[in-house]
Amino acid sequence: MAAPDSAPAPAAPERSEPRHWLRLVAIWFVLALVGDLLIWFALYPHLPPGRMTDMAAGQQFDIAVLSITAWPVMSFVLLYFVYALVVWRRRPGDDEDGPPIHGNTRGGVAIQVGWILGTAAIVLWVFAFGTYELIVPAGAGGGEGPNPIWRLSGAITTSWTPGSNDMLQVQVIGQQWWWTYRYPQFGGMESTQLYLPNDTPIEFHVTSLDVIHSFWAYQLGVKADANPNVDNVAYTRPRQLGSFVVRCNELCGIWHGAMFNYGKVVTQAQFLSWANGVRAKEQADGLLAALPPYALTYDPTVIPQLGKTLTVLAGITGANGYYYSGAQAGTPGPPVSP
Amino acid sequence: MAIEIEREVTPAGAGPAGRPARPWWMRPAFHTGIVGAVAGYFFGHWLGNFLSSGYPQNPLSDTNDIPIVLGYLFATLGWLAGLGVFNDPLLQMAGKKVRDIHEVSALDGAEPGLAKYFRYSFNHKVVGVQYLFGMIAYFLTGGLFAMAIRSELLSPSYHLLSPSNYLMVVGEHGTMMMMMMTSVIVGPFGNYFVPIMIGAKRVAFPRIEALSFWLTPAAYIILLSGILFGGFPFGWTGYAPLSIQADQGADCYFFAFGLMGLSVTLAGFNIIVTVITQRAPGMRWSRLPMFVWGILTVSFLFVLAAPVLIGGCYMTLMDRTFQTAFFENTLGGSSYLWENLFWFFGHPEVYILALPGFAIVSELVPVFCRKPLFGYRVAGAGMIGVTILSFFVWQHHLFDSGINPDMRPVFMLTTELISIPTGFIFLVGMGTFWKAKIRFTIPMLFCLAFYFNFLVGGISGVYLSDVPADVTEHGSFFVMAHFHYTIMGGLIFAFMAGVYYWMPKMTGIRLNQKLGYLHFWTMFIFFNTTFLPLFALGLLGQPRRVFTYARNLETLNDWVSISAFCLGGSILIFLINLVWSLLFERQRETGNLWQSRGLEWQVSSPPPPENFAAVPVVLSGPYEYGVKDAPPVADLNPPAGVISGTYARTGAEA
Repeated sequence: MAAPDSAPAPAAPERSEPRHWLRLVAIWFVLALVGDLLIWFALYPHLPPGRMTDMAAGQQFDIAVLSITAWPVMSFVLLYFVYALVVWRRRPGDDEDGPPIHGNTRGGVAIQVGWILGTAAIVLWVFAFGTYELIVPAGAGGGEGPNPIWRLSGAITTSWTPGSNDMLQVQVIGQQWWWTYRYPQFGGMESTQLYLPNDTPIEFHVTSLDVIHSFWAYQLGVKADANPNVDNVAYTRPRQLGSFVVRCNELCGIWHGAMFNYGKVVTQAQFLSWANGVRAKEQADGLLAALPPYALTYDPTVIPQLGKTLTVLAGITGANGYYYSGAQAGTPGPPVSP
Repeated sequence: MAIEIEREVTPAGAGPAGRPARPWWMRPAFHTGIVGAVAGYFFGHWLGNFLSSGYPQNPLSDTNDIPIVLGYLFATLGWLAGLGVFNDPLLQMAGKKVRDIHEVSALDGAEPGLAKYFRYSFNHKVVGVQYLFGMIAYFLTGGLFAMAIRSELLSPSYHLLSPSNYLMVVGEHGTMMMMMMTSVIVGPFGNYFVPIMIGAKRVAFPRIEALSFWLTPAAYIILLSGILFGGFPFGWTGYAPLSIQADQGADCYFFAFGLMGLSVTLAGFNIIVTVITQRAPGMRWSRLPMFVWGILTVSFLFVLAAPVLIGGCYMTLMDRTFQTAFFENTLGGSSYLWENLFWFFGHPEVYILALPGFAIVSELVPVFCRKPLFGYRVAGAGMIGVTILSFFVWQHHLFDSGINPDMRPVFMLTTELISIPTGFIFLVGMGTFWKAKIRFTIPMLFCLAFYFNFLVGGISGVYLSDVPADVTEHGSFFVMAHFHYTIMGGLIFAFMAGVYYWMPKMTGIRLNQKLGYLHFWTMFIFFNTTFLPLFALGLLGQPRRVFTYARNLETLNDWVSISAFCLGGSILIFLINLVWSLLFERQRETGNLWQSRGLEWQVSSPPPPENFAAVPVVLSGPYEYGVKDAPPVADLNPPAGVISGTYARTGAEA
């Protein structure tokens, strides 16, 4: 028998296990860093909803920061799974069970505690950041209800003057299936076009005449539900001229999909002349006198100018509103027209 | 720890009260249920017309809501009566003896043939199979509506459907899915396997369990019948006052949803009591399979959240029929009340949809990694944490609706906190993968897809929980992508994992592998190509439930629609696999083909009628893979005296 070779035995079980966690952390670090840099420099300037207003720019920033927080988490989990599926897949012919790791050793407990603390830290960071970004930009463009807590600074005056820091108040009225806008500082004139002055704090008062709608002015970064008999206040401050789209964001019936129109942010001088022009025209037409007086909410069943109160809430009750007709009690028949 | 009652033993094969068994068409079953339903509907409709003759009729449908609601009510009662649900209770109320329910349950399970699946059966395995095929049917129906939605959204200017038909389709799809898929895992796999996994021979309340199933076809048919009335225009969320303004189709939605709420409440109640009281000796809480933990926590959500829904649906039906004004702002009510009631149910509802996915994945991954479940306690804590926290987050659906503004940071916090226990499921999965020996079987592939999909869905939830970012994202396709990733990508993929994993156990037949792999890859790829772009569409400004959108989004919408059609095709492959494997190929597989330590795999495939010949004694946990000299999971033939010694009454289980 020849003497045993002096070369080491092939495929020795003493070959050291690769340091998986080190590999993972190293790859993850590079992946996370590169991803975050790409997000910040390449993606952030193009993120929705753009920078047309302070609110929109704030939301764009928020989405970017959330992405920078989320990408390391996502990339870690994805990387881990891909690594595991490649490195720890079952080799053909190996029907053995794996090592009995329950996670109750010191190392296992440390990992669990570390995970819990780490995820808790990330969550608390996101919460703190989100709360700050909600409060400081005056509600971040979301509807705050009739008693907003976080307001934009701006003087509320009965007539708006350009160049001052007056708040421009715009009432947004949603109804099935169109948006109209009333400007209380211009005599309560009502327009189907939403024109806004640049560089001005805007206070939207969103309400509805029938069912729940939602006023979503995408580029303005504003979303506020329109509830009947409720005044929902939202703020924004445009910084760029241009058009923006307004869409209804709460399913309100069959033409919900068609309930959109376009608005414009114009210079303060242009806005003033437009608003005064509309007001004058409506005054001359007699429309201004026919409109109900400006109020924060409206009840469409009561129209004093028409000299009567509707008793049929057509379309508001079941069976398409055919229940409330007092004239027909006891007699089924065609509905009373208002 | 089992509930013991005195047993009345009657001769085998006898019918109720000792009479010989009657032919199948004379025994109460599906067909008598239909007769009862039709008769009940006509009676209820007549009664409604009789009561409300003074009310005007809607000229479009020539009826008003009261006959319709009463018609559905009596149709449901007739359906249940025809099935024989009331037979035993009425007999007992009359003082007559009824057969021992557990004996009937065992006989039900032993009966050969398919007829037992069409009856009001007390055997939990029969109910599980009934649920399985019912849920698949409901899922496919909802999926067909989805195909119609995506067809309409191919073009912003060319419309296949009228606006009201489009909303009908949208509402039917959403409601069919959210309503029926509540029980998609708990119904089939929870009812079938939880008793076996805890070593029990039966459930605590077989009648209630069977009733919970038989309410689902009624809910399904009533929801579908909305089509005959032109559907309902408010999606699955039912916001008032649109829900009160709507035509008769709305009654179908509220009634069906209320029925389904009742069904899940009953199912949850049965499961909770079963798990608490029917565990075999040795089945400590620390040995409970993670699947059972998941189903147990979901059952608590069922029992606590669904009644709120039932209440809300009832109130809306009152608004619609008897002119109360709960949700009518102009009449003194509040539209916010419905929003809060609905979402108080609605948020636990989505965790009802997520948790069973966690349960299945945590159960299957140890089997296919050949390793114990990492961090068993943390996994359980995750399930419980999600369950408890899910009741504290509902107003995140209402951030922009005009609620009290300082509520929003509170709910932002709770919503973000809930991502911590959700993350535990990933911790546990990842820990189980560490140094494992991963087997890429079809169930495992679906579990892996679950982790990927739920990661995307869960992280997008953090974006939505951030109130400022939510101002742009709320109500847009971003939300749509988020919940499809978590619900379809999570729950439905886990459901498929469960189907492929447990079909051999339930039927003794293994599903075809080639078709299975094809099904998985097409479903996973097309699911992601369909729903990933929706994040972009939402951020680019497309709201939900619209039939038209900005023209520059058409290409992306077309990509999504075509992917959706391919996704539908992959589900078709699944259906073909089911039919081919179960009816034609019938590849028998009666052993423990996954080499699982689960207690359900230690009995035959399909299991014996009473699950176990004798109550087993559980000796160790189900995840002890790789543990040297681990005791077997259970002793299926415990020595005489072991079982009786654990009970106060001797000889009870002899």
